[in-house]
Amino acid sequence: MSRFDRRLVYHFDWTIFSLALGLAAVGVVSVLSVTWGNTRHALDPLVVRQLTWIAVGVVLMITVGLFDYRSLSAWAYVFYALTVILLGIVAVAGHSTGGSQRWINLGVFKLEPSEIAKLAVVLVMVHYLREEPPRGGWNLRHILIPGVLLAVPAVLVLKQPDLGTALILVLITATLIYAGGINWRAGAVLLLAAMLAAPAAWHYLKPYQRERLVSFLNPESDPLGSGYHIIQSEIAIGSGGAWGKGLFKGTQARLNFLPEQTTDFIFAVFTEEFGFAGSMLLLSLYVALIVRGTWIARHARDRFGALLALGVTGIVFWQVAINIGMATGMLPVVGITLPLVSYGGSSLIAMMTAMGVLISINTRRHLF
Amino acid sequence: MARFRRREKTRAIPRIEPRVTALTILFLVVLGGAATRLYYLQIIRHHALAELADRNRIRLQRQPAMRGLVFDVRHRPLVDTQPSFDAVMVPEDASNLDETTARLQKLLGDNAQIEQKLERAEDEGRPEFDPVIVDEHLTWPQVVALETNQLDLPGVSLQVNPRRHYIYGSLAAHLLGYVGEVTVRDLNRFPNYAMGDEIGKFGLERAWEAMLRGTPGGQEVEVDSVGRRLRLLREIPERPGNSVIMTIDLDLQKVAEDAIGDRAGALVAIDPNTGYILAMVSHPAFDPNQFTGGITPAMWRALTMDPAHPLANRAIQGVYPPGSTFKIVDSIAGLEDRTLTPSTTYTCAGGIYFGGREYRCWRKQGHGAISLHRAIVESCDVFFYNVGQHLGIDRLAAWAHAFGFGRKSGIALDNERSGVVPSSAWKMQRFGERWYPAETLSASIGQGYVAVTPLQLADFAAEVANGGTLFQPQFVKEVDDIDGTPVKVFPPIVENQVQIDPDVIAVVRDGMAGVVNQADGTAHAARMDNVVVAGKTGTAQVVKEAQGQRTKEDQLPERYRDHGWFMAFAPLDHPQIAIACIIEHAGHGGSTAAPVVKAVLQKFFELNPPQGGAPARNPDANQDNSVDPLAD
Repeated sequence: MSRFDRRLVYHFDWTIFSLALGLAAVGVVSVLSVTWGNTRHALDPLVVRQLTWIAVGVVLMITVGLFDYRSLSAWAYVFYALTVILLGIVAVAGHSTGGSQRWINLGVFKLEPSEIAKLAVVLVMVHYLREEPPRGGWNLRHILIPGVLLAVPAVLVLKQPDLGTALILVLITATLIYAGGINWRAGAVLLLAAMLAAPAAWHYLKPYQRERLVSFLNPESDPLGSGYHIIQSEIAIGSGGAWGKGLFKGTQARLNFLPEQTTDFIFAVFTEEFGFAGSMLLLSLYVALIVRGTWIARHARDRFGALLALGVTGIVFWQVAINIGMATGMLPVVGITLPLVSYGGSSLIAMMTAMGVLISINTRRHLF
Repeated sequence: MARFRRREKTRAIPRIEPRVTALTILFLVVLGGAATRLYYLQIIRHHALAELADRNRIRLQRQPAMRGLVFDVRHRPLVDTQPSFDAVMVPEDASNLDETTARLQKLLGDNAQIEQKLERAEDEGRPEFDPVIVDEHLTWPQVVALETNQLDLPGVSLQVNPRRHYIYGSLAAHLLGYVGEVTVRDLNRFPNYAMGDEIGKFGLERAWEAMLRGTPGGQEVEVDSVGRRLRLLREIPERPGNSVIMTIDLDLQKVAEDAIGDRAGALVAIDPNTGYILAMVSHPAFDPNQFTGGITPAMWRALTMDPAHPLANRAIQGVYPPGSTFKIVDSIAGLEDRTLTPSTTYTCAGGIYFGGREYRCWRKQGHGAISLHRAIVESCDVFFYNVGQHLGIDRLAAWAHAFGFGRKSGIALDNERSGVVPSSAWKMQRFGERWYPAETLSASIGQGYVAVTPLQLADFAAEVANGGTLFQPQFVKEVDDIDGTPVKVFPPIVENQVQIDPDVIAVVRDGMAGVVNQADGTAHAARMDNVVVAGKTGTAQVVKEAQGQRTKEDQLPERYRDHGWFMAFAPLDHPQIAIACIIEHAGHGGSTAAPVVKAVLQKFFELNPPQGGAPARNPDANQDNSVDPLAD
């Protein structure tokens, strides 16, 4: 890449770029609404920080978009190792908030390595799985190494404890192994094993995680305790109605009945104020992003690009599905951000970068 | 061939594109599910969830209305509402909580226990910025101390609460009643009340609750999730309760209370022309102020366990044998039924024999040949044994019933008792036994089964005074709204009109005037110089003595001593007031109840000079004042 190729600009994927910006805008509006009137400043520090991260993210997205994604393959293990080390630091000397230890305090910025871990796992999986499988697909033997590569960060994340991210790591790995070409029989065996492991997993859950699962099944069992989040979120979303209460008029969020407003439950903030129309708009943005992402995966020039595009799209899909499922009371509460919308530097910048990867894959389609 | 092809297919290298397509479909199906769920929540369940959201953020803060005042007949306040000061503290506003608490403790004294109260509030899950009541009902010096040190006490403020105040303490306590906090049982009966509201529990406060209470207002306040008030959404002003103007005269009531003093007893004074109650006393009484803001368990125990029953309103709940006052019923009944004439004469030899037993007159040596007038004046028992015998118990009962005995008067107070008017039918029903003629003798001198309340007897005195009209006794004349505009007035209610020959009434009244004004009358102590008082004494036996036996009162321990009755009305010609009074365990009515009644009458005529101004007919004014201590 000694010489700038003008085709990079010509074929730049503006669709992904605009969708990412549109989603980021939804996030800014929501954070703005939550903090509106809280301070004398025109913009709450929270909004300013969100905008800063978006700016950093956009720069990263464009930069990564202009680079050749194939060079990432060489860095896969380095990136992976770095992430595991960061997760290790979190486990030893992390900054804890609300009972879980998820951050590394860098002074100006609190880094959340589990957000990076999603990208690292995608990258290392795709790197490992980039070779074509043998006839009939991979057997269990072939996916032993990916299993180990998944297990190390997943266990570290689980220890924080961050059940949500661990779940995402498992789900995107599964997505990639399926798409990459696992043997039908091996797939069925894995699925069966996962189902059998579920009761055993219950044993290893922290008490609060079990509580969340129980209260999900029956939120009214403890309306002021763990069922509170689900109930308040459903009330926020439902009270929005068809057209919403209007900007800055969401009482559930603004009066603090809704928990974790800028992060895990930001979906409820937005849909309370913009109603069914707003939630359909937001969902459409994600559908467009996912359709575009999988389209890029199918049209990528190489297996590495296809799997990488699918991996990134998979992160978006699984997080959206789990986050909305949780906010609407269909899934238990696990801490998962709404990609590109939720407040949080690590999450935003990581996802913007991931969008850059998608752009790069699509752009390079025309270059070789 | 076919087999080979199938094998080739399963052994093929899996292609990535169809699998991505499959995943895309999976993704879209899942997101479609999310959209469906959102449709359900935001469109189908919108109304229910919107209501829940409002219930989250909107708190209704009730503003109880100021309770109406109670005035006497001359518009002098009897019950009002006074500000009570509570010290409240918002711990979040105190810059240095420990320091502020210590300072406040010093100002309020050691009883306040501020720290404990703050701790308890935290334990009970006080929302942030919610004030804690650290001390209630501050004294005036405490209020002043708090006001002057306001600057040193950040987070501390005074809260003013209306507090029911009975200006004259125990005066007319049974009539006025008391208020208390609503109970769960009250809440079931009155849906418009909320926990913490004040409600009338007894007496007028209870009976006139609907008038006195007013309409509570409220504020709709928007709060956040920790309950902090953010803004006022809507305010409904409260409407103060109406004022109740009683028929009671404060001065008269005071005199009656003082005259009874610390003896147990009751007095009811009625306007015979309207049935309005002018005074109603029941002693021993209680101080209704004790109940305001919640009575302490110790005080409540003391009141309920007291053997003298201070909570009972003896005027309507106390049933006593009417004793000789009942002879006036005999007289009217006999005269009206023509079994008696004013000139009918019987001979009293100190007793009569009936069914092989002697029924004595209170006067051992007897009254000799005696007719109605002297029999009333001297309260001859033997004369009225004869009257009762000729009349028969059922006729006597019919008359007594007509006068209002044996049934509730309908006064607007709870727990009124009806007393007993025995008859042959009553006895059959009550005891399954026939009536024995000898029992008629007891009944005709107001002993045996006969039992009346002081209110019934006052009503009866009023009927004799007005010629036979039984009014429903009322103690509220008018209800005014806060501006003084009458909301409701209460005209007299005629309960029963007993048809009595005016000549009969005249004879009886004359006898009753003699009781007070003749030298040999049993209630000479009630005689007044400027007004002719008519009355009748009575003794309610506490211990059922061997029939006809009479023991000297002062030889009995107090609790076995008889109750003394006196009923009266005045002036004789145009009666303006009728009174019944009982003093428990005090012996004869003539010497115990009559002076009380006289004190009330004196006050009454001081306040309402008798019509015509000049002293009314007082035939025996200069006669000897001595009273036979055994006279009855």
